[in-house]
Amino acid sequence: MIPELGHMALILAMCLAVMLGTIPLWGAQRGHTPSMALAPSLAMGVLVFSAISFACLATAFLQDDFSVKVVASNSNSLLPPIYKFSAVWGNHEGSLLLWVLILSGWMAAVAVFSAQLPTVVLARVLSVMGLVAVGFLSFSLFTSNPFERLLPGIPADGNDLNPLLQDPGLIIHPPLLYMGYVGFSVAFAFAIAALLGGRLDAAWARWSRPWTNVAWAFLSLGIMLGSWWAYYELGWGGWWFWDPVENASFLPWLAGTALIHSLAVTEKRGLFKSWTVLLAIFAFSLSLLGTFLVRSGVLTSVHAFATDPARGLFILIFLGLVVGGSLTLYALRAPSVGSRISFAWLSRETLLLVNNVVFVVATVSVLFGTLFPLIMDALGQGKYSVGPPYFNAIFVPLMAVLIPFMGIGPLSRWKKDSAARWRAELLVPALAALALGIVLPLFAGGDYNVWVALAIVLAAWIVLGMLRDLYNRVRTAASVGRGFRRLTPSYCGMFLAHLGFAMTVVGVVATTQYTEERDIRMQPGDVQVLAGYTFRFEDMARVRGPNYVADEARFTVLEGEKVIASMAPQKRRYLASGSVMTEAAIDDGLFRDLFIAMGEPVGDGGGWAIRLHYKPMIRWIWLGAIFMGVGGFATVADRRYRRQRVTATSNVPGAGYAA
Amino acid sequence: MPRRLKLFIPLGLFFILSLLLFRGLSLDPQELPSALINRPLPTFSLPALGEERTLRPADVTGEPALFNVWATWCVACRVEHPYLQQLAEEGVAIYGINYKDDSAAAQQWLRDLGDPYRVNIVDREGTLGLDLGVYGAPETYFVDAEGVVRYRHVGVIDERLWKGRLEPIYREMRGETAP
Repeated sequence: MIPELGHMALILAMCLAVMLGTIPLWGAQRGHTPSMALAPSLAMGVLVFSAISFACLATAFLQDDFSVKVVASNSNSLLPPIYKFSAVWGNHEGSLLLWVLILSGWMAAVAVFSAQLPTVVLARVLSVMGLVAVGFLSFSLFTSNPFERLLPGIPADGNDLNPLLQDPGLIIHPPLLYMGYVGFSVAFAFAIAALLGGRLDAAWARWSRPWTNVAWAFLSLGIMLGSWWAYYELGWGGWWFWDPVENASFLPWLAGTALIHSLAVTEKRGLFKSWTVLLAIFAFSLSLLGTFLVRSGVLTSVHAFATDPARGLFILIFLGLVVGGSLTLYALRAPSVGSRISFAWLSRETLLLVNNVVFVVATVSVLFGTLFPLIMDALGQGKYSVGPPYFNAIFVPLMAVLIPFMGIGPLSRWKKDSAARWRAELLVPALAALALGIVLPLFAGGDYNVWVALAIVLAAWIVLGMLRDLYNRVRTAASVGRGFRRLTPSYCGMFLAHLGFAMTVVGVVATTQYTEERDIRMQPGDVQVLAGYTFRFEDMARVRGPNYVADEARFTVLEGEKVIASMAPQKRRYLASGSVMTEAAIDDGLFRDLFIAMGEPVGDGGGWAIRLHYKPMIRWIWLGAIFMGVGGFATVADRRYRRQRVTATSNVPGAGYAA
Repeated sequence: MPRRLKLFIPLGLFFILSLLLFRGLSLDPQELPSALINRPLPTFSLPALGEERTLRPADVTGEPALFNVWATWCVACRVEHPYLQQLAEEGVAIYGINYKDDSAAAQQWLRDLGDPYRVNIVDREGTLGLDLGVYGAPETYFVDAEGVVRYRHVGVIDERLWKGRLEPIYREMRGETAP
């Protein structure tokens, strides 16, 4: 009964979305106010019915209703309740429903928080989002109905959730990622609404900026969690693999980063309008493209998602309609007259332009690398795979080019700045960055590492440049406290995000350069020394979890004579599926992680293949991403956005329903 | 109106991209044809790993077998290894092609993780790999008793793949040659 109710609610949501996608849009073209005024209520309606539908599916999972196909294939009566709940989006059908729910959540949030917008703008924005919702709802209803029953012949128990997904990180990773992906639909809808209305101006940029920042912040956190999960769950000790599925989430982030910077120029100076619109379309299109790549099976990936060519075709058609339609609209309606506003070579505009060029080049290169195997295959040139060397060779130099400009950015002035001023302001930070870069690697011990030195120079340049700017801003105030209070949330957000970027740069380079690892055979009683830490293999134990049994290797780790940690990596065998998983043991710290993963039993003497890692500063990569995310959220508190809305908050009702 | 025309460039690029994606839907990225299917193994004369002898095709044929391309630098090979071990215990004949690897490291690996291979062909320069058309490790060639390549599998072999797709191929090779 409950699944049927959920199905019904999904159909109703679809009907409302169709109305939302047509009536207000028609009203906006004709100037018919009552039709336009329907938009917020319809958006709320779509949210209510998708939430009911989602709640029904969640209930089916929590009640072990194995007559529902997705429950039977992705859950099990032994599964802990929290994973039964997260299993809702641990499969294609359910994650699509989550996608729909989040999209309607964003829609309702726009309806609530942007209620002060001119009626015609709000109607258009919500209508465009409604059309996107129609696409996803019909995708769900026509190709991947989550409520399909297995009747008759209900299985006694389910197949269990993929053990890789039975993990706290994976409970929130997909929702966060989707918040980001789908969040770009708001920026997209604002861009399309502006094109339809023929009004691309600073107001449009100001309206869509907070939404874009929040979406970007969610996406940053989502990607961060994904990388963290890959690190501790896959047991390989890596944190980024340039896998097509990872790239699918990274591409919208890259385009989104360009977008949030370009929106700043459009808002403040009325420049780059067509470009910003294009980036908004680009960012959302890449979210859709990512969905296509992940769900259609056109690329091979370690993330084995259930793939199906019929679904692939559906998304491709949808992609064609959304992207093709919006680019056609762009070609017809974007302002073709060059802007009369000018700016000097040395100005903030130029620096933000550099940001845009770098990030667009990065996006296109990563896109090209991701699609290259497909391109060659489609052209009949044979099978290829593109690995990390390509992506690193492109990406590392691009970021190195970006950072020198990034250090000047926050301090620069709009319109016209001077080299003499930059020199005067930044000479001290530059020298200090250089000194830090040269000195700090000395403390790391071992051979002097030039790459780490370079990374520290670049990161310190970003941070010290901002500190100089902060000093300038605070200095001119009556007191230091008042100076700090004068800083806007936008500024603080920028500060945090740039700081986070610098941390990530240091983390990535230090981890890559200083990691030490060893794969060896060990048996209880054996001792290994790695990077100054002594790993003592104490004993083996049999451990029983709720739905698995595990062999657990118990280690004591000593630094010198002092015991600093007990670590217990496991080799788990999940009962329902019989699959064997490695559960790495990690002793984390701000400056280093110790990582032990178990391989296979070796020989008869109770020996195991053991992988020991010493990973310095790996936390900085994710910590940096968290700073970026928090920075993105912080900008929303800015008063100049609040003038258009009652409250500006990152709290989207959809998230409340999902939790 | 050349400026207006420029605005159509993104649309055009997207059109090309969607054609490509459409073509991609009908391709299977897992499927990698080999030029050698239904052709005999290329001739080679390479040292055996850890033994003082030279291997030629005649030394490793005569019974249907799997030729597994592996290396110590290959992360996925480590993932695949336990399952190969299991197959070997079940009596499946597996020969190793130790591809572009350091022989000492390879021997250490087999000591540590176990040795599912009857013998390993040391392909240090990757010449045999080149003749076979190896795309990356791990890769497994199904070779029948006459030394003819019947199937090529790219990527890790796990239980699901073996039971589903690969075992029937192996059985068929055995069936054809069974007395």
